[in-house]
Amino acid sequence: MESVAIIDPPMITPVSLPQQQVASGSEPTDAAPERPPAFEVERLSIFYGEKKAIENVTLAIPSKMITAIIGPSGCGKSTLLRSLNRMHELVPNTRIEGKVLFAGEDIYAPHIDPVVIRRRIGMVFQKSNPFPTMSIAENVLVGLKLNGVRDRAFLRERLEQSLRMAALWDEVKNDLHKPGISLSGGQQQRLCIARAIAVEPEVLLMDEPASALDPIATAKIEELIHELSSNYTVVIVTHNMQQAGRCSDYTAFLYLGRLIEFASTTKIFTNPSERQTEDYITGRFG
Amino acid sequence: MPIAVAPERPAVRSTIDRMARPSGLGDKVFKWFTLAMALAVVALVFLVGWQLARGSSLAIRRFGFHFLATSTWDPVAEQFGALPFIYGTAVSSLIALIIAVPLSIATAVYLTELAPLWIRQPIVSLIEMLAAIPSVILGLWGIFVMIPWLRDHPFPFLKEIFGWTPFFSGPIYGVSMLAGGIIIAVMILPIITSVSREILRSVPNLQREAAYALGATRWEVTRIAVLSYAKKGLFGAVILGLGRALGETMAVTMVIGNTPQIRASLFAPGYTLASVIANEFTEATTDVYLQALFEIGLVLFGITILANLLAQLLLKTMGSTIKSGAVQ
Amino acid sequence: MKNSHLWRKTKSALASAASFVCALLVIAPLALVFLHLLRSGASAVNWSFFTELPKPVGVAGGGMVNAIAGSFELLGLAALVGVPVGVFGGVYLAEYGTVRGNWLLRFVADVLNGVPSIIWGVVVYGLVVLRLKSFSAYAGGLALGFIMIPLIMRTTEEVLLLVPAGYREASLALGISRWKTIVHIVMKTALKGVVTAILLALARVAGETAPLLFTAFGNRFWNHDLSEPIAALPLQIFSYAISPYDDWHRQAWAGALVLVVMIFFVNILVRFLTRERVARVL
Repeated sequence: MESVAIIDPPMITPVSLPQQQVASGSEPTDAAPERPPAFEVERLSIFYGEKKAIENVTLAIPSKMITAIIGPSGCGKSTLLRSLNRMHELVPNTRIEGKVLFAGEDIYAPHIDPVVIRRRIGMVFQKSNPFPTMSIAENVLVGLKLNGVRDRAFLRERLEQSLRMAALWDEVKNDLHKPGISLSGGQQQRLCIARAIAVEPEVLLMDEPASALDPIATAKIEELIHELSSNYTVVIVTHNMQQAGRCSDYTAFLYLGRLIEFASTTKIFTNPSERQTEDYITGRFG
Repeated sequence: MPIAVAPERPAVRSTIDRMARPSGLGDKVFKWFTLAMALAVVALVFLVGWQLARGSSLAIRRFGFHFLATSTWDPVAEQFGALPFIYGTAVSSLIALIIAVPLSIATAVYLTELAPLWIRQPIVSLIEMLAAIPSVILGLWGIFVMIPWLRDHPFPFLKEIFGWTPFFSGPIYGVSMLAGGIIIAVMILPIITSVSREILRSVPNLQREAAYALGATRWEVTRIAVLSYAKKGLFGAVILGLGRALGETMAVTMVIGNTPQIRASLFAPGYTLASVIANEFTEATTDVYLQALFEIGLVLFGITILANLLAQLLLKTMGSTIKSGAVQ
Repeated sequence: MKNSHLWRKTKSALASAASFVCALLVIAPLALVFLHLLRSGASAVNWSFFTELPKPVGVAGGGMVNAIAGSFELLGLAALVGVPVGVFGGVYLAEYGTVRGNWLLRFVADVLNGVPSIIWGVVVYGLVVLRLKSFSAYAGGLALGFIMIPLIMRTTEEVLLLVPAGYREASLALGISRWKTIVHIVMKTALKGVVTAILLALARVAGETAPLLFTAFGNRFWNHDLSEPIAALPLQIFSYAISPYDDWHRQAWAGALVLVVMIFFVNILVRFLTRERVARVL
């Protein structure tokens, strides 16, 4: 087949609910049909100025599962991810159409405060960024402390809990006072994960969390993501298809701002419905 | 709470409960507060203009535009004209530019293009130290070291050679317009040098590389590729130096002689706008006297604002982020 | 052809040499002034300089202790005005605002930086001295503070812009509000830079004489009330320098040496602090 030079629009409307795909493919867990989705994205379009970065995406992200968003560079993966906790608004001149329902409410409704959203939907970034003036402990607890939590016992408990959940506790438990930036790259990223977890979000959004790390650190992060999904809904953006294949339960394939296909990871990688998906998976374009 | 959902885990509720509810008020207050602080600069410009205009209103009404054209400065007779000071400021600044601009730009060129790398930072640091010397201290040195030396060596020499011209005729006192110009030159050397350096550094390397590829020598690269590209910015640096020269007060006051007169000879004492304010403000006994000095301040403010406006426009429209003015 | 090439190379070498000479000429005044300061001032800097008040005209000896103290007091007052306005104004420029609006504000700040310092003295004279009907430390401090505002504003802005965007993002993603992100994360990260900006501005105004001539005015005695005239080191240097007395000239040199050493010390300290930061970033 010709490698894709002209892009056909998808011939069928993008699939929205994972439940529909469950019937056709194999399903990693069977919890999905009972639990309401974490996010329901409805006809979402995002504009940067005049440019349409995301076009008419409808998607339901399952709860307590790992969903990966894949696609070639510039397809809008990060934008879509960031729109889930309104972080894309940091860029001036952005505008959206459509809705993003989280726990049944549109997070873009006028009365919603983005600050509250972000406490419940956390984010970890590609380049780990522990705050340079703070120790490991201070980094983990900063989200709680700056939001007024003073109870020392509670803070100590959350500190240990978060670091354990980020698989970092054993490595740093004797060095909590050391600066956060004194850790290695992989440890710093796990510190950032612990920091995000400390405020007890319900969702963890991860934007290429391991792309700056060496393979060993990457493997640790991927293992961590699996553990985290038992407590949190995880949405991860990655340009590394193999990583998506390893890590996620569900995968969404984005191209030029449009959702081409969304299904369980197994189905996407073994038997995709869309030709474009298949072309991307098999490396005909990237 | 906006999104009220029954959390699944009790722990979630407890953590969110422990956190302060954001009100958005903090953000709003902080933003307006910082905006108010930033607008202070705008307020300050108006404050200066207003105070100067208010303080000189009487004099403006009395003397009108003649103020700028009259050369009599007679506090006793209450005749005030700013011309000697305008002349003094203009001539001393001009002398300063003539001396400083070639030296500064040549130094900037040396530091960016021609000098071996190891020597650059030390020289830059030394120039920054020079910039840090307060005007009054340079003036002190001017009175007790520079003036006597000028009076005994270069001045008689200049008089010998150029004494037939009006510029170097007349008696030599030491304190003089020329001395004023020289000391201002010393004061503006650092700023013209450092701003020029930034301008030259902002010239894209592509320009230089293209010239080198054509087989040009170091100097030719500098002349053809760098200097012509940077012309506008360098001119801006010069105007910035001019603005600084116009407002220079203490060092000038200490070496220029403070005599309100207009003479062709550079050996004659002179007086600048800034100096007369510095010297006579506390001596101003009558209202009109003080108002006339305020008006001098207004004139000085006006010309320095113009010079700085022009300089900033030239520097900022060269496209790069040049830190001007704030570098002293 | 060959001669022409040789001539071009020679020209290039000459240009290098000539501009090197120019560089030396630019630095020369620094060496001359500093050497003379050491020569004339060092002998006069003694214990009494730092501990005694000025003696009456004609009486030998005395010191400038009130002027040194006065300078510090004026700097303190100036900082009260200049630091909050300058720093938070810089915060606005770095964190908020529109591209065009901020460009305009920066432009105004830069133009303001070019206003002759004596003009600030005139302005504060009209604003404060005439109202209080006396020269005062307040007036002097205010004038110096006005000078500091645009200076600190621009340097603070630059320092804050150096803080990587990633930290702001990470903080906001934790559900920390914008203003807390700016104050507790951004400003804290840039703290060293902001402090050095303030120190540099203080060192700059510490040497200013003109704005103090008719605001602080000077004082041969201790200042006991900030609404009274106050001595300052540069003022004292000036009045001694233009006086006809040799002993006062000597003391002027001493004062100049002390002032220059203090200013140089701050500059070198700042350079040391910032150099460390650059090394770590790299």
